[in-house]
Amino acid sequence: MKAARYIEVGQMDELGRLDTPLHRLDARVKMAVVALFVVTVMSFPRYEISGLMPLFLFPFVLMSSGNIPSGAILKKVALALPFALFVGLFNPLLDHSPVLTLGSWTVSGGWLSLTSILLRFTLTVSAALILLACTGIYRLCAGLEQIGVPALFATQLLFLYRYLFVIGDEALRMIRSVRMRSAGSKKLSLRTYSTLTGHLLLRSIDRAQRIYRSMVSRGFAGQIRVLYRTRPGWRDAVFLIGWSAFFILVRFWNPAAALGGWLTGEHP
Amino acid sequence: MHMADALISPAVGGTMWAATAGLIAWCAKKVKELHDDRLVPMMGVLGAFIFTAQMINFTIPATGSSGHLGGGLLLAVLLGPHAAFLVMASILTVQALFFADGGLLALGCNIFNLGFFPAFVAYPLIYRVLVKNPQNRLRLWSGSILSAVIGLQLGAFAVVLETMASGISDLSFGTFVLLMQPIHLAIGVVEGLATAAVVSFVVYARPEAVHSTERPVMTRRALTGLILTAVLLGGVASWFASGKLDGLEWSLEKTTGREELAAPEEGIHSNLAQLQEKTAFLPDYTFKVGETEPDLPEEHEAAWPAVDAGTSLSGLLGGLITLAAAAGIGYSLRTRHKNE
Repeated sequence: MKAARYIEVGQMDELGRLDTPLHRLDARVKMAVVALFVVTVMSFPRYEISGLMPLFLFPFVLMSSGNIPSGAILKKVALALPFALFVGLFNPLLDHSPVLTLGSWTVSGGWLSLTSILLRFTLTVSAALILLACTGIYRLCAGLEQIGVPALFATQLLFLYRYLFVIGDEALRMIRSVRMRSAGSKKLSLRTYSTLTGHLLLRSIDRAQRIYRSMVSRGFAGQIRVLYRTRPGWRDAVFLIGWSAFFILVRFWNPAAALGGWLTGEHP
Repeated sequence: MHMADALISPAVGGTMWAATAGLIAWCAKKVKELHDDRLVPMMGVLGAFIFTAQMINFTIPATGSSGHLGGGLLLAVLLGPHAAFLVMASILTVQALFFADGGLLALGCNIFNLGFFPAFVAYPLIYRVLVKNPQNRLRLWSGSILSAVIGLQLGAFAVVLETMASGISDLSFGTFVLLMQPIHLAIGVVEGLATAAVVSFVVYARPEAVHSTERPVMTRRALTGLILTAVLLGGVASWFASGKLDGLEWSLEKTTGREELAAPEEGIHSNLAQLQEKTAFLPDYTFKVGETEPDLPEEHEAAWPAVDAGTSLSGLLGGLITLAAAAGIGYSLRTRHKNE
């Protein structure tokens, strides 16, 4: 049981509740800009490295203006790294075509594309995490509903998020009591697992029925109303247009290469 | 089995987003048509349950290692396919946002791979056929394992196809298939065991819980949806493949000045020539090797970077247009709901 995961959820939740100018921006605008960012990152050719660099400006600016500690984001990115590494690690083994020579050292295409994959991974994953940390799940769900995502799905996200802690705590208590009774053996047998998870499921179903009854008694009629309805203002427009212009600019003009060319005296 | 953003091209990611957005809208409509308000908290809490259950490990019988539940099949058994798909989509969204499992661009792929196959293929076509009565232990266990295995094999194969279509990893199709399918055979067996274990307990402790929440499934409708999605995917893919963006590519090359003007022409030209050669020599495999090998490599290497720049631009535009289409579909659905 990875209890640490719950603590991390708590941290993201706290960050999402902050009240900075970035947090107050319209959720739809932030979603659109992050989507454009991810598409921009992934649209670069496979060996691109220098062209990706200017894009790091985006997560950095957002983290600083949203009061989001970079350590929290980086830790999560590192935890999620194995899959990208698993598939990307084959590139150096398969692609031996030399693409770059630094003195006597030749870099093969595989190593370049692996580096590019890892850079893209860091950029896109941190963007997703920052989106949540600078918006919060409630504003995000309200925004989703406003752009036309079915209300049922937005409600489902909110419900799942709300009861994650409750059911998770319940599971933690159950696991703890099993451990205390099983004298040092750490793993659950399939039989114990079946009973334990089955009980947790039945308790969850019971809880859902109680929740439903209390919702009905408070006037629930099939739809949850979310409070955070916002209207985009001039700040949102500046945020959207500014970042979009930046992404388009760095997609078609590589300032890193131009700078490198200028510094090395070669024609860019 | 979560795919990561870094391995997906915008075209593939955008297409899968569109497919998933359409499925979510369709499932939401289906669940709404049931007019059962109880489902709202039930779906939310069961989502939280699956999320939690994914973190509880158990020892796999006859081996030393441990596994855990994925949840797609169990949700379909408990809630029916439409609600199960929505719950699975919400779980994967929360995982992408909070834990960086997968990513935003890959979210469409992940929801499709882990939600569609268990809910709309494994559950209605295999589980429901084999496990008519969950009180029959043999049927329950064999049916659960078989449907979980098939659901995960299809999902793993979809991962391979999506990765290949994106072209970011250098892994060959054969190698990747050989890596993914056997691993997911094992994961599928574990998933089936865990599902059957939980269902058998619930059937024993509270039989009505499985039946009362189960919804009838419309297999024919589901199949029509599947075919429509396939047609849509094929259409979008072929549109990407056709060379409609040549003019734009050309102007991009010109403004960036990275390649000579002739390069894209040559790339397409050489590709076409290569294709022609392939088709021409297809009946006689023995001649092909000797005749095409000598002059191809240089031409190939010269042509590739130029083609790369073109495809990425078309991917960018295509991805954006597909996303816009997905948002458009969602928006039109919203206004229609209001009119109702």
